[in-house]
Amino acid sequence: MAEEIQLLKGNEAIAEAAIRCGADAYFGYPITPQSEIIEYLAQEDPYNKRTGMVVLQAESEVAAINMVYGAASTGKKAMTSSSSPGMSLKQEGISYLAGAELPCLIVNVARGGPGLGTIQPSQADYFQTVKGGGHGDYNMIVLAPYTVQEQYDFVKLGFDLAFKYSNPVMILSDGAIGQMMEKVTLSAQVPRETKDYGWNVLGKSENRERRYITSLYLQSEVMEQKNLKIQAKYAEIRKNEIRYEEIQTDDADYILVAYGISARIARKVIRLARAEGIKVGMLRPITLWPFPSARLKELAPKVQGMLTVEMSAGQMIEDVRLAVEGAVPVKHYGRMGGIIASPTEVFINFKKLFNIA
Amino acid sequence: MAKIKGFVELNIEHCKGCELCVDACPFDVLEMSAQVNGKGYTYPFMKNPEQCTGCASCALVCPDVVITVYKVPTKQ
Amino acid sequence: MAVDIEQYKKDLLAQGAEVVFSKTKNLTDTPFSYCGGCGHGVAHRLIMEVIEEMGITADTIGVAPVGCAVIAYEFWNIDAVQAAHGRATAVATGIKRTNPEKFVFSYQGDGDLAAIGTAETVHTCNRGENIAIFFINNGIYGMTGGQMAPTSLIGMRSSTAPYGRQHDVHGYPLSLTNLLAELPGTYYVTRQAVETAAHVRTCKKAIRQAFENQKLNKGVSLVEIVTNCNSGWKMTAPQANKWMKENMFPQYPLGDIKVPKTE
Repeated sequence: MAEEIQLLKGNEAIAEAAIRCGADAYFGYPITPQSEIIEYLAQEDPYNKRTGMVVLQAESEVAAINMVYGAASTGKKAMTSSSSPGMSLKQEGISYLAGAELPCLIVNVARGGPGLGTIQPSQADYFQTVKGGGHGDYNMIVLAPYTVQEQYDFVKLGFDLAFKYSNPVMILSDGAIGQMMEKVTLSAQVPRETKDYGWNVLGKSENRERRYITSLYLQSEVMEQKNLKIQAKYAEIRKNEIRYEEIQTDDADYILVAYGISARIARKVIRLARAEGIKVGMLRPITLWPFPSARLKELAPKVQGMLTVEMSAGQMIEDVRLAVEGAVPVKHYGRMGGIIASPTEVFINFKKLFNIA
Repeated sequence: MAKIKGFVELNIEHCKGCELCVDACPFDVLEMSAQVNGKGYTYPFMKNPEQCTGCASCALVCPDVVITVYKVPTKQ
Repeated sequence: MAVDIEQYKKDLLAQGAEVVFSKTKNLTDTPFSYCGGCGHGVAHRLIMEVIEEMGITADTIGVAPVGCAVIAYEFWNIDAVQAAHGRATAVATGIKRTNPEKFVFSYQGDGDLAAIGTAETVHTCNRGENIAIFFINNGIYGMTGGQMAPTSLIGMRSSTAPYGRQHDVHGYPLSLTNLLAELPGTYYVTRQAVETAAHVRTCKKAIRQAFENQKLNKGVSLVEIVTNCNSGWKMTAPQANKWMKENMFPQYPLGDIKVPKTE
């Protein structure tokens, strides 16, 4: 069969991927720059026209994430999406989802903050996303797409990982990836199906014990055991699911560390640098949690410096510094407020930061 | 008409001594014990068993579902 | 003692005495964590009895959010989900929308439904989700130790209104149920109590109605149950029931508020 290729906006790719990978439900609340996700789904009307997938505009992000919690409790593939201020509202629900070990997919098409901020792209939600923005000890698997194709592919991957580990998965995108159009190779339609996973509530039949979904364990000893179980799962995820891409790191003297839209800028910086004879490579984390710390540590002694390119005041830089354990200087360059730095600007500042003439 | 007869069984260890059953009984069957159960609560007992009609009023208001009600079926 | 009770029971059993009331198997053997005399126990029992009597246990999912009933799943022998404070109806919406063939209900206190969860409650009712909402109104926050609730009465003392609720400081008692009855998305709205055998019987009928309505797909069925909180009110259980009758019922009158039109 011929490949099915379509020109799609990043946000539309999320929606189309959701329908095609057999998602059961989307619950969301409009916010720029990601409203095309729910608009596309509403237009496509998968409930009536394609797969029977539920699409519902909730009264708030708080309600939306809790609708996801409800649907996920029954073993359904449920998702929501939002942008930064809306993600703040979802944090309570995400903590509950992590605590109850429910699988779901959450998409953050990030914009500049703090506060109401701006509707322009940003990567300033890194801390909130990878450190657990809600209360308690928890982590989400965080996928960072840097093309519209990845934006599409990570929906299925996200659901697969969510169900494999019974854990919320986040796609941390940004307003630029969400809004730009690229060609996307589409996957075949997968039918929706709900399995009995042994934990999902489906109604108690005569021949089995009741099931309940909860994150409440009033006895400290029991709560600690629950935490240890979750931490063991996280250790397993750290072992199995670290994903990253390396570009020209073999001979590199300097390594740029960047994800999402910044990785596209960094890719161009490599060319600018190499044209001047400066050997620059890039490590692009695809999973922001778990973070490719071990690989960065491995690379550190071979290079003279690392630069994180982030659209924030410098957040991922902390994880890079932790990874290299002081073996190499780690600097940051980035713009805030929704400004995407140009490759030339990054290159000039890279040279300044590392005193390269 | 023959008198309707019934009695109640109590899960004493689950009782919290709220006394609502004593109040609810229309026939003054129940009274609180002088003893306490394992949790330290007094609990009801049938002071006047012959008055019991098995109407289940006590059981209906019992918040801890402590009471099982028996009744002798009335002959048609 | 005039009568040997054990002998009396034996005699009646010999005469054919049979069980006319026993604990539903939809309740676990775990003793309720509620204070002695608390209405939650009766409300739990009635809902579980109705589910058993309708034969829908295998198709029912309950939702219990934060409040005294947050560990209701320890007592309900059915599949259930614990929800965040105020979010029960959003969680129930997520369950019901993706599982329209299931019977779904939420079990919420006054703080949950009428304070922190007001938005979720109003919008769930406005969307006319085909769920049952059981709303336990005792005018106080029992779980956290007796703080003021949105439904606390004027003058009612609580740990956060120690001199009594004043309308100019704390606002008025909120009768959200009446407001919700105004929404086209609610199909059946009623206010019940469980402090007397008669009220228990009527309340059970209302709960049954709420579940039966789910088969019709015509919107939310909301059963408010006005109950006591003797611990929070600082009274004995019998005193609390008397106080409830004299003070709560005038503010929250019992009876149907919205009944389906007969077709």
